Amino acid sequence: MAPARLSVVEPLLWIAAAIGLALLPLVLSIFQVVQITVFLIFCLLAVSLDLSWGLAGLLSFGQAAFFGIGGYSYAIIGINGTMTSAATLAAAAAGAAAAATIGYIAFYGRLSAMFLAVMTLTVTLILLQVMGSTADPSYRVGSAVIGGYNGMTNIPSLVLDPRGFFWAVAGLLVAVVVMGRLLMMAPFGRVLAAIRENEQRVELLGYDARWRKLLTFSLSGAVAGLAGALFASWGNFINPEIFSLAQSAQVVIWVLVGGRGWLYGAVIGALLVQVLTQYLGSIGTAYTSLALGGLLVVFVLLLPNGLLPALSRGTLSLGIRQA
Amino acid sequence: MAHFLASFIGVAFAIASLVLLSLGLAVIYGMMGVINLAQGEFIMLGAYTVVFSSAHGLNLWIGMVLAPVVVGIVGLVVERCVIRFLYGRLLDTMLATWGLSLGLIAAVTLILGPSTEGVATPLGHVAIGSYAVAGYNLFVIAAAAASVALTWYVFNYTKFGLVARGAMQNAEMVAALGIHPPTIYMVTFAFGSALAGLAGAIMAPLTGVVPSLGLAFVAKVFITVTVGGAAIFAGTLSAGALLGTIESAVSFVSTPIYGQVAMLGCALVLLRIAPQGVSGLWRRRG
Amino acid sequence: MTRNSPAEPFSRSEASGPQGSPALLQTTGLSKAFGGVHAVAGVDFRLRRGELRCLIGPNGAGKSTFFKMLSGQLRPTAGTIIFDGHDITGEPQHRIARLGMGIKNQVPSVWDGLSVYEHFWIAARRRVGARAAGTAADRLLGELGLEAIAGREVGALAHGERQWVEIGMVVAQQPNLILLDEPTAGMAADEVERTADLLRVVNINASLIVVEHDMQFIKMIGGIVTVLHQGRILIEDAMEKVLDSRIVREVYLGSGHARG
Repeated sequence: MAPARLSVVEPLLWIAAAIGLALLPLVLSIFQVVQITVFLIFCLLAVSLDLSWGLAGLLSFGQAAFFGIGGYSYAIIGINGTMTSAATLAAAAAGAAAAATIGYIAFYGRLSAMFLAVMTLTVTLILLQVMGSTADPSYRVGSAVIGGYNGMTNIPSLVLDPRGFFWAVAGLLVAVVVMGRLLMMAPFGRVLAAIRENEQRVELLGYDARWRKLLTFSLSGAVAGLAGALFASWGNFINPEIFSLAQSAQVVIWVLVGGRGWLYGAVIGALLVQVLTQYLGSIGTAYTSLALGGLLVVFVLLLPNGLLPALSRGTLSLGIRQA
Repeated sequence: MAHFLASFIGVAFAIASLVLLSLGLAVIYGMMGVINLAQGEFIMLGAYTVVFSSAHGLNLWIGMVLAPVVVGIVGLVVERCVIRFLYGRLLDTMLATWGLSLGLIAAVTLILGPSTEGVATPLGHVAIGSYAVAGYNLFVIAAAAASVALTWYVFNYTKFGLVARGAMQNAEMVAALGIHPPTIYMVTFAFGSALAGLAGAIMAPLTGVVPSLGLAFVAKVFITVTVGGAAIFAGTLSAGALLGTIESAVSFVSTPIYGQVAMLGCALVLLRIAPQGVSGLWRRRG
Repeated sequence: MTRNSPAEPFSRSEASGPQGSPALLQTTGLSKAFGGVHAVAGVDFRLRRGELRCLIGPNGAGKSTFFKMLSGQLRPTAGTIIFDGHDITGEPQHRIARLGMGIKNQVPSVWDGLSVYEHFWIAARRRVGARAAGTAADRLLGELGLEAIAGREVGALAHGERQWVEIGMVVAQQPNLILLDEPTAGMAADEVERTADLLRVVNINASLIVVEHDMQFIKMIGGIVTVLHQGRILIEDAMEKVLDSRIVREVYLGSGHARG
C-alpha cells in the first residue's frame, strides 16, 4: 500500500481542465489563442521550478538558464533542418544535462542550498553575457547563426496552426502536471518530501539523498528545456533576454506568489503575474521590473507561502495534498 | 623585465579589483551569513554617486569619499526595512534582496535614465620601460590594499569589530553584555554596503556607468565569495588571487566574457573538491 | 584492558559477562580530545546482546561525546569500536546505520509535513522493501500504541509524540542496537512513563544504550547503569547498586547535580 493517495477530486480536476483547454481555442479568436499559448508555456516553466523547489526544496534562481538553453538548442537544431519534434526532445535533454551538471556539483559535493541558488543565478548571468557577445556572424552552428543580442529568427514551428499548437502546449502542460502529481504521491516523491524536510534524517535511514535530488533537479531542467523549445517555436524567435535577471526572477515569483508544493499554485501564480506584467509592460519595462521586485519583497515578508495556502484556508481543503 | 613588471601589474590589477568589489559582500556574508543579492546594485549606486557629483562640479576624489557614505545609508535603510525581518531565513533573504536588486535597477533606470554615463579616468600613464601602465590601475591596487587593511583594522582592533565578531560567534553572549545584536547587524550590513559603494566609486572611471552595472560585476563577486568561504580575509584574498589570475589570463587570451566563464568553471571544479571553499582548506577537520 | 587510575576506584560487576563471550558492542581505549581537553579518556565499554544499558554522569562527563563516537558523528582520536563483529571506528554515519545501529538524537529529527504512518513507511521500506513496508508500518503502529495518531502530520504533534515517532522510525529499521540520547528531555511526567513502557517493548527485539539525566526514568527502565566521570567509566553496575553508591553521589553532589 502506498503511503499517500491522491484524493478523488484531483483526477476530476484534471479531466475538467483537459476538457476546458480543449474547448477554449474553439471559442476564442486566433489572437487570444496565441496570447494564451505563451501564458501556458510560462505555466509549464513555473511547474518545472515547483518540481524542484516545491517537491524537493531545491531552489534554483536560474530556471531561466535551462529555459534558455532549451530554447537555443531547439532553435539551432531546428534551423539546421532536423524534425522539430526531435529538436524539442533535444531541448529537453539539453535542459536536463545542464541541470544535471550543476546538480552533480551541488548535491554530490553536499553544498548548501545557498550555493545552488547563487550558482544557478551566476550561470544565468554569465550565459546572458556570453550569448550577448555572439553578434559576429561567425558564431554559428551549422546554418544557425547565433546572432548576439539580436537573437535568432526564422525558428521553425513545432506545429504551424495556432490552434494545433495551443492544443499541443496545453496537452503537454496537463501531462506534466498529472505526471508530476503522481510522482509526488509515489514513494519516490514521499522520500523526496522527507529529504526536503530533513535530509539528515533520511540519510540516517540509509537512503542516498544525492541521486534522488540529482534526478529531480534534472527532471526540472528537462521540463524547463521543453518549455524553452515551445517558447522558441511560439515566437519563431529567441534572444539573450531569455537569460535576463527579470526573466529569472519571474519564474521564482510565479511559484512564490502561487504557493509551492502543489504544482497548481505554480500554474495560478504564473497566470496571475503574467497578466499583471502584460498590463505593466504596456506602460514600460522598467515599471514591470519595479513591480516584480516589489512583489518579491512583499511576498517574502508577508506571504512567504504564497496565495494558494492563504486562500484554501477559508474554503475546506479539497484534500489536495501538498508535496 | 619591464614586460614582466607590466604583466604583473596587470594581474595584480585584476586581483585587486576583484577583492575590492567582493570585500563588502564577504563582510556581510562572513559576519552575518547573509547573501545580499543587491550587492551589485550597491556597487552601481556608488558609481552613480561619483558620476552625479562630478556632473555637479564636485571633485572626483570627493565623490569617491561621498559614495561609501551614501551607499552606507542606503544599506542601513535596507537593513531596517527588509533584512532584519529575515535573519535566520537565508533563502528568504536572498529572495528579498533579489527583489530589491530588480527594484533598484528599475528605479535608477526610471529616475536617471538608461543611457551610459561616464567619468574620465584620471592619473594618466606611468612608464615602465617601454610599457605604459595606467596610473589609475596602480591607484586601484593601492585602494584595494587600503580597503582590506582598513577593514582588517576595524574588525580586529576596534571595539565595534570585537563586538561584531563576538556577535557572529554567539549573539546571546553579546546581548548579555548589554549590547543589542540587531544594532551590530545593522552597522555591519551598513559597513558592507559602504564598502560596495566605495568599490563602485573607484571602478566608475574604468567603465560605462549604466543601471545594470551591478549585473556585470555581481557574477564575479558571487563566485569569489562562494569560493572564498566564510573567512572574510583569508578566504576573499586567496579566492581573489586565484580567480583573478585565471580571469586575467583567459581575458588576455580571448575576451573578458570568457575570462568570467573560466572563473566560473574553475570555481565549480574547486567547489567540488573543497565544498567549504578555500576557507575550508585552511581549517582542519575536527 | 581496564584502566585503573589510583585516584579513582573502578568497579565492574558481573554485568559485562564472562570475558570471551562476544559482545554486541565493545570499545577499547576509546578517546576523544578537543585540543587539550580530553572529553573521553580511554573508555573500555562492553554491551551484551539484548541488554538495556543506561549511561549517566554529570555534565561534562563525556556522555555526549562517547555517544557521538559510537554513532559516527565524531571521529575518535584513539581507541577502537567493534560493533557486531565490525570495526566501526571513524566510519561515517550511514554506514554504521546500515550495519544495524539505530540512532536517536536528543532533538526530534522528523519530517513535519509528513504523517506518522509515512514516517514508519519510509523507515520500514528501507528494510523490508516497498511491498511489505505498509504491513510493517501498521504493525509498528500497533506495537507502540500509536494507531490513534497514524494519519496526523508530525509537525502538529506534542513533543513527546514526536519523540515516539522518531523512536518508532528507528525501530522500523530493525536495528540490533539502538542508541538514545536523553529521550525524555522536555517530556511531561506521563510522557516519561509512556516512554519507559515503549522502550521496554523495543528492548524485546533490540539492545539499547540510553544516555540519560532523569533518575526517575532510569529507575523505571532498570537495567545496568554505566556512570561516566571526567571521560572515564567510574562505576558500572545494576541500577539499584549504582544509585545507592556513595561514590556516585559524591561525583554528582560535587558537581552540584544531585538528583532523584
